[in-house]
Amino acid sequence: MPLAVYLNVAVGGVLTGLVYGLMALGLSVIFGVVRVVNFAHGEMMTIAMYIAVVMFAWFHLDPLIMLVPIAAVLFVFGYALQASLINPFITRPEHSQFLLLVALAIIIANTLLIIFGPDARAVQTSYAFDSFQIGQMIIDASKVYAGAAAIAFTVALFAFFRFTLLGKAIRACADNHTGALVVGLDVKRLYALTFGLGAACVGAAGAMLVLVVDATPMVGPSYTLLAFVIVITGGLGSMPGALAGGVLIGVTEAMAGLLFTPSAKSMFAFAILVLVLLFRPQGILGKRAA
Amino acid sequence: MMARLSAGLSRRSTVALAVLLAAFLIAPLVVNDYLLTILILILYFAYAGQAWNIMMGFAGQLSLGHAIYVGLGGYVAATLFTRFGIGPWLGLLAAIPVTAACGAVIGYLAFRFGVAGVYFAILTIAFAEFARIGFDHLDYVNASSGLFLPVKQYAHNDLWLLRGDPTMFYYVILAATVFAFLLCHLLIRSRVGYFWLAIREDEQAARAAGIDTFRYKMYAVMISAAVTSFAGVFYAFFYNNLFPEQVFGISRSIEIILGPIIGGIGTLFGPILGAFVLTGLAEGLNSIMNAFGVDLPGATQVFYGICLLVVVVALPDGVWPPLARRLGLSGDRK
Amino acid sequence: MTALLSLDAVSKRFRGLLAVDRVSFTVPEGAIFAVIGPNGAGKTTLFNMIAGALTPNGGSITFAGKPVDGLPPDEICRRGIARTFQIVRPFPALSVEDNVTIGALLLRHDVGAARQRAQALLQRLDLFDKRHRLASTLTLPDRKQLEVARALATEPQLLLLDEVMAGLRPTETDRMVAILRALNRETGLTILLIEHVMRAVMALATRVLVLDHGVAIAEGAPEAIVRDPAVVHSYLGVEAV
Repeated sequence: MPLAVYLNVAVGGVLTGLVYGLMALGLSVIFGVVRVVNFAHGEMMTIAMYIAVVMFAWFHLDPLIMLVPIAAVLFVFGYALQASLINPFITRPEHSQFLLLVALAIIIANTLLIIFGPDARAVQTSYAFDSFQIGQMIIDASKVYAGAAAIAFTVALFAFFRFTLLGKAIRACADNHTGALVVGLDVKRLYALTFGLGAACVGAAGAMLVLVVDATPMVGPSYTLLAFVIVITGGLGSMPGALAGGVLIGVTEAMAGLLFTPSAKSMFAFAILVLVLLFRPQGILGKRAA
Repeated sequence: MMARLSAGLSRRSTVALAVLLAAFLIAPLVVNDYLLTILILILYFAYAGQAWNIMMGFAGQLSLGHAIYVGLGGYVAATLFTRFGIGPWLGLLAAIPVTAACGAVIGYLAFRFGVAGVYFAILTIAFAEFARIGFDHLDYVNASSGLFLPVKQYAHNDLWLLRGDPTMFYYVILAATVFAFLLCHLLIRSRVGYFWLAIREDEQAARAAGIDTFRYKMYAVMISAAVTSFAGVFYAFFYNNLFPEQVFGISRSIEIILGPIIGGIGTLFGPILGAFVLTGLAEGLNSIMNAFGVDLPGATQVFYGICLLVVVVALPDGVWPPLARRLGLSGDRK
Repeated sequence: MTALLSLDAVSKRFRGLLAVDRVSFTVPEGAIFAVIGPNGAGKTTLFNMIAGALTPNGGSITFAGKPVDGLPPDEICRRGIARTFQIVRPFPALSVEDNVTIGALLLRHDVGAARQRAQALLQRLDLFDKRHRLASTLTLPDRKQLEVARALATEPQLLLLDEVMAGLRPTETDRMVAILRALNRETGLTILLIEHVMRAVMALATRVLVLDHGVAIAEGAPEAIVRDPAVVHSYLGVEAV
């Protein structure tokens, strides 16, 4: 196959990977600070995708324009979830927390199934079939916009954590829970905020992803797993790691889809997960867990 | 043997058990076909849940990919039957080492490399998904089109080939559930069972007491996998078809764990009670919906999710322990 | 008396920090050997190397004539060295009797026989009446005794005690001392203990090793040790000598 084809696919993979990275970033933020394994991550993204679909279908609002409002809605959802249901579970054993989120995931996914039915819904924007041509490469316009939005959102998030007081407070919580309490930080509120932020990330990712992928109620689990693969591969607690992992998985998926059958591409993600768990559990950019 | 089995159970418990068993034995004579199918489903989940319980309740290893053992068991037995005419019981003899080996691989990879807790759960999910996608592309077993068992009209029940009417299947799964119950009862009172409890409670302290935790965790995984394989064989011969999406899917894995979690992890009666509550209520819900002409696909799943949520939040030990205390049946060891 | 445990120039380094620096000593069979020293002296690191939780970077550890450095904790226990934990770790959801039975099951494969041995040990440690209670419901001194019972159930030749007196009131300390002394006298059990509580050290130990900054600075009979200037210096500073 000509090099151009490989490049096309690879670049497409990178762009999609950036969106994956943003989704994984949400998971990493949540796990890094609140230490809860959010099994309902994919389902939260599915909610965002359906909101985008509905907004487009009823009001013709482009998902990229709706990016911020959708992220905001998911933020509120995440905040409320953490504050009401998950905060009391912080002291419970790990598998209890996990199962709580499994239960939520089941409820969300099947409620969406009841409301929207099993058929795939797509968002057909005016630029859905446009593409950019750079030399011999032809890249989908949707993917370019999605990738760019992902970068913008991620930069904003990095800036928040680096430069704002609130962002630093959250990082303090993650570093040293007891220390944070001693210094007078309202840890529960910060947890809720963090969960909200993580949810906002995944909400934004959903709005971007719907440009590229159809929405079905049951896609949640595969995206949750994908997010885990990315976060573990890139390194837990490392934000750049989540992005790097996302791009890596995006490209791997795309290339696997090209070289083998498309439906088998998830197998490669899982193979990578198994390898990382076994040989480098801290991930590519992560630090050894304390 | 009966004396040894009832040692450790209070008089009340033994009587209650006997009554329960008698009820199950005569059930097919008094219930209609629809209810019989429900009972089969309940016993199926009780069996699979009990098998899963060996790993989680006893040894504390959370497996969320148990469907892989069901799927492997089913496919091995079904393939041997459709291609070579080998009956299910011999197929089971082949399925057991295959699933045990699969469990051993997962266990070895996890335990040698220190993958524990939630990461272990994720690893099990990954393997199950791997199997699902793998079998979806495996032409030898018809890939995603599904593997079908020949169904002919038989004049009589054939226990050897598991061809027959629901009543036969009912007694088969009942026997299996009783077997699983007895097996767990014996295991938990044995040296292996004690070591598993120690590992579940505090693995480091268990090692300090001289327990080779790696070896015993491997036993738990392999035994659990092997016991689960029968559920797959039963599934294949009862439903007469296997689709990778259906059999290896994550929903199947979650269904298996719901019974024991709701009933009570680590208890003997938990999985059975949980299966009853879950399936019973779900069917009740279905009936109500049907009566009102409402058809909501996904409603039962939402219901399962809510049950799980309620139990996890309000009854972390499951429904059985507080119930047992109420009924004065707490001779049951956790 | 034969040497049961001997350490020869054992060292442990954590990246930049040399926690234990070429420490050597011998514990004779039947002795009660105490390791003391100020905080940060390296006692716990030393303890963990003997117990198999850490591997030495240098030197060797020999038990009953065979090398044991670098062996995993469960193998160490099977060789005959049992340990307790500084922060007690009984199996919380299991009964007192089950806790000790698990220890006894190491060598007695029959559950009934193991349970009998467990009950005998519980009698000895004053826990028999509480044998059906869950371990998590016990008081701290009882939990410490439970850990000792569980360790003893594995029928060790050497018992390692990690600050077993910590958090105990004087009367409880005396009780534990009496039990350990009786065990040593009646069964010949060798005991190595890390300890801060001098009351217990003076009452129990036949020999004491003092560590400071990872180095063995004194070894001898308890009475001699407490008067040793180097020891006083390390605990109280130069002025006190």
